[in-house]
Amino acid sequence: MTDMLAPAPVRGMLRFERIAPVLLVVAALLVYAAVAVSTRQPQYLTVDNFIQILARSIALGITAVGQTFVILLASIDLSVANLISAAAVLASVIMAGQPSMIVPAIAAVLVLGLVVGVVNGLVVARLGVNPLIATLGMAFIIQGCLSAFVNNFAGSVPEEFQAFAYGQVGPVPWSLVFLTALAVIAWFVLRFTKFGSDIYAVGGNPDAARVAGIKTWRVILAGHVICSLTAVIAGLYLASRLRSGAPWIGADGAYDLQSIAVTVIGGTVLSGGRGGIWGTMAGVLIFSLIDAIFNLTGLAAVVGVQGMLRGVIIVAAVAFYAVRSRKIVA
Amino acid sequence: MSNEALTRAAPPSRLRRILGFNPIYAVLVLLVILIALRNPAFLEPTGYMNFLKRVAPIAIAASGQLFVIVAGGFDLSMGAVVTFTVIGASMLIANNADAVYWVIPLLFAIGALVGLINGLVVVYLRVPSLIATLGMMITLGGATLFWSGGAPKGYLPDSFRFFGRYNVPNVPGIAILPISLIVLAGMVALLWWLLHHTNYGRLLLAIGDNPRAAQLAGIPVERVRILAFVISSLSAVTTGILVGGFSGVSPDAGAGYELQAITAAVLGGAQLLGGRGSIPATVAGGATLAAIFTLLNFLGLPNPVRSVVQGLILIGAVALAMYRRKRTGQ
Repeated sequence: MTDMLAPAPVRGMLRFERIAPVLLVVAALLVYAAVAVSTRQPQYLTVDNFIQILARSIALGITAVGQTFVILLASIDLSVANLISAAAVLASVIMAGQPSMIVPAIAAVLVLGLVVGVVNGLVVARLGVNPLIATLGMAFIIQGCLSAFVNNFAGSVPEEFQAFAYGQVGPVPWSLVFLTALAVIAWFVLRFTKFGSDIYAVGGNPDAARVAGIKTWRVILAGHVICSLTAVIAGLYLASRLRSGAPWIGADGAYDLQSIAVTVIGGTVLSGGRGGIWGTMAGVLIFSLIDAIFNLTGLAAVVGVQGMLRGVIIVAAVAFYAVRSRKIVA
Repeated sequence: MSNEALTRAAPPSRLRRILGFNPIYAVLVLLVILIALRNPAFLEPTGYMNFLKRVAPIAIAASGQLFVIVAGGFDLSMGAVVTFTVIGASMLIANNADAVYWVIPLLFAIGALVGLINGLVVVYLRVPSLIATLGMMITLGGATLFWSGGAPKGYLPDSFRFFGRYNVPNVPGIAILPISLIVLAGMVALLWWLLHHTNYGRLLLAIGDNPRAAQLAGIPVERVRILAFVISSLSAVTTGILVGGFSGVSPDAGAGYELQAITAAVLGGAQLLGGRGSIPATVAGGATLAAIFTLLNFLGLPNPVRSVVQGLILIGAVALAMYRRKRTGQ
């Protein structure tokens, strides 16, 4: 824990956990390039195409930023997928195609995220409920409320708001700039603020953090609020991209399990206190590259294969870190 | 690690443990009374036998899941194993009723292999069970889809559906006796004996309570934990055989069984992250879950409400357990 707070010495920069995500990204890039060359599709090796690959994982990236905060706190959030659906539907219903309703819709969605985050945080930090169970219960509750009201695409998103997903700054999509900015902010908060070091302290050793005078429950609450807020922002992005919200978009993308998987692949440990935002971004990049490789090889068209390999890859990537530890894991 | 050991150092006194009556039985009795008041036909043998038939698959899955939970882990691959059992049976039997006699042992063997892989990945590759079994869920789901070509064909012959579907008629006193109930009784008795009356069960509970201490005490932690995953997968195959008898061949035959099993175990007072759990209370937890769904059905409430109620119960049960644990001093 201490070496997380102290300015990192050079030796620390070369620690396995820090370079492992880079190694994995390089490996995925090499496989991608090898596949593109060997299947004679060099047109997929351009910078433009690379940006497109990145742009496919915006929603996952945004969600994973928040998931990193809760996992660093040794918590977890399984409610993000259903919250994404709820946010997308709420935004598109309130907007109903009118540009004037964009601001109220965004405000309403952020309030939804705030409420869900506060409830998750209080149930975990104050009632002491296992976070897996607390957020799973929340997922059921959100899903029930949502499917009581809508069971198909509802509302519509005005052109102006579709710019969030489709607008470009030069060759780079707006949404990619947004995700990068979000990651930089998250990195800054985790690395340079007191709140950031509190997160590592609470996640690493909650009892020591409490003794050191940190109000641990507030830190956990704040982490859950951040996670829920990023999830509703991902919901806004998906509503903008699909031009309307549907109650299944979050569950279809499996954003709950995927965001956990990319965070863990990025080297953030489930038991909390170790990891960081750039590892998570590397995890997102690895997932995008895997999808791109599936598309290049045509494996994506064969039903079932993608799932089979994806499961093996997740476990193998986590084992890549974990196998070196001596601890008995649950 | 060390803090966990510290906070768990003082177990409840024996007297308190005996006085600490598990509230799940009272809840179950209350729910059954409510159902009977709402629908007197429930008290007829066919009424409650049909209810118990519905309890059987979830109670068996939950009892198997409990072995992994008391050792401190989770088995999320259960639902995928149930689906695999149903679809795999229809593929292997291929409309040849005589094939059942070798297909069922083969399914159990594959189930054991799945559990073995889960256990090996968790114990030797040190991947947290949440991620390891999640990977298995995705991989096995993909493999099942791949094998069946996306659209499962064929049907299950009566010789296979016998276990889930058939009732022994004209049994004195209770009119009908579903075979699934005999399977339930046999399976629960076996698992109850294994967890509460063998050395193996005691070792498993010891590992869940404090893995490091268990290891220092010379318990073969690896073998004991791997076997827990095998037991969980085998009970998922049993559940799958019953589910195959109830319903048709579909790619979501087992969807949600892992979460229902965890919910049932939690309702029965199992302690997540290990060390405490009871088979009879877990079976009561499964019956409570089924009773709640039955009651909501009788009340004519739509499916969304069911989802919300399941979420609230899940959070409430764990919050209550945490409160009780705090009050009784750990």
